[in-house]
Amino acid sequence: MAEFLDLREAVARNLKDGDIVAFEGFTHLIPHAAAHEAIRQGIKDLTLIRMTPDIIYDQMIGMGLAKKVVFSYAGNPGVGLLRRMRDAIENHFPRAIETIEHSHSAMAQAYEAGASGLPMAVFRGYKGADLPKVNPEIKTVTCPFTGEELAAIPSHRPDVSFIHAQKASAKGDVLIEGIIGVQKEAALAARRVVVTVEEVVPDFKGLHPNLCILPHWTIDAIAVVPGGAHPSYTHGYYARDNAAYLEWDKISADRELFAAWMKDNVLAAGPEVFAGRVEGLR
Amino acid sequence: MTDFTPTEMMTIAAARALGNDDVCFVGIGAPSAACNVARLTHARDITLIYESGTIGTAPEVLPLSIGDGELCETALCTVSVPEMFRYWLMGGRIDIGFLGAAQLDRFGNINTTVIGDYHHPKVRLPGGGGAPEIATSCGEIFITLKQATRSMVNKIDFFTSFGHGEGGDHRQRLGITTKGPTLLITDLAIWRPDPETKEFTVQSLHRGVTRQMVQDNCGWAVQFADSLDETPGPTALELGTLRDLQARTAAAHAGARHG
Repeated sequence: MAEFLDLREAVARNLKDGDIVAFEGFTHLIPHAAAHEAIRQGIKDLTLIRMTPDIIYDQMIGMGLAKKVVFSYAGNPGVGLLRRMRDAIENHFPRAIETIEHSHSAMAQAYEAGASGLPMAVFRGYKGADLPKVNPEIKTVTCPFTGEELAAIPSHRPDVSFIHAQKASAKGDVLIEGIIGVQKEAALAARRVVVTVEEVVPDFKGLHPNLCILPHWTIDAIAVVPGGAHPSYTHGYYARDNAAYLEWDKISADRELFAAWMKDNVLAAGPEVFAGRVEGLR
Repeated sequence: MTDFTPTEMMTIAAARALGNDDVCFVGIGAPSAACNVARLTHARDITLIYESGTIGTAPEVLPLSIGDGELCETALCTVSVPEMFRYWLMGGRIDIGFLGAAQLDRFGNINTTVIGDYHHPKVRLPGGGGAPEIATSCGEIFITLKQATRSMVNKIDFFTSFGHGEGGDHRQRLGITTKGPTLLITDLAIWRPDPETKEFTVQSLHRGVTRQMVQDNCGWAVQFADSLDETPGPTALELGTLRDLQARTAAAHAGARHG
């Protein structure tokens, strides 16, 4: 049952050392404020699941929170590479990380299978590709009806999923709109769900009947963090901070610059700074 | 028009390959520019799909990422990412997948994963994203990239997405029923696979380009068609549309607040 908490409390109660965790949002609605709180709390040995690790996991990996990353596109979208993640893979800095690499199709379907309570996702994929040679979790099954060989991978079952959304109702129902990505699946696949939202409204009456809504009884904690997706965006609230994505390429290229940036902008800050960061993007 | 860059020629030649009735899965970067030029010139009703779930999108400016809000705001509809990959891609609803490449071989196999050994990489690249299944589930695949010996290589380090494998009937032998790469558009030439060997063969040289230039910027021994065409230069409409689109895009992305 959804409980309104401040972000510190929401993270402290729901994320533990060694957890399997997903912070999802497909370019849109990436829960940066929640990730920064996890970094401040120094939670460690996490298995991080995310389709595109993006800046959010580049920061968590660079700060040493991750022992394993499950992903499908390790890029800074529209810019280039994820330099902290690369440093961890290529040079084991600040620690070695294990990686499990999939395609987007596989990751999306593994969340869907997790939300469906199934042990695996079955799909037509990876034909001729090399990923099955380097990822032991990619196997094949034969269709018992047609004999077709299909790809099979374990479903995603995070201990906890973090997402950012536009609105919560007073009751704790959560509304997501725009590019909805895999957040509904990531939430329903997880044992615990923490949502940051832009605002709380009395209810969702009078809106379109087919909106993407997570009922309050699927959610554990809600924290109100205006701007909490920055430098990602929230459809209807503020735009993507493309300049910040470009800047990240420089910040993340240098270990010391990265450490200084994280100290100033994450460790010495709190969730309340996010509202100011999106001011000029509204 | 006589005054155009090789990259503009590449984008416009790629745009010409798309038709009004096509349903096209768009990769970011060069494919995105080509697909939108097609939509703004001769293929007004083309359906452009980005893997963020946006179907029938018509962006005013080119997106910086595949999940930009502009794509959603101008789309016919936006579906979840699992639905995109299951119903629309795997379900066989998409005619053309338009991909770029970091490394490409003569059979249209693409590497965007790693340079060197996977477990001890020289360079770790972003990886495949949607490409492994786009390459096998779309009706056919168009590829566009700028030519260079380091990107068009004899042997790719990793099969991120499968083209024609070792050539010939390799796709059929793996049980893949789609056509795979049928067109390669570079900044120098237009290539199509040989009907038998499936090796990319130069069909048409862009204006001012020689065979030697194509060979000098390719890491394998290039096959040329017996009779080579010259790619018609960009029309004023094509070039004007591309340049306007790029100017609008630059202004829009520069207009975002700094910080």
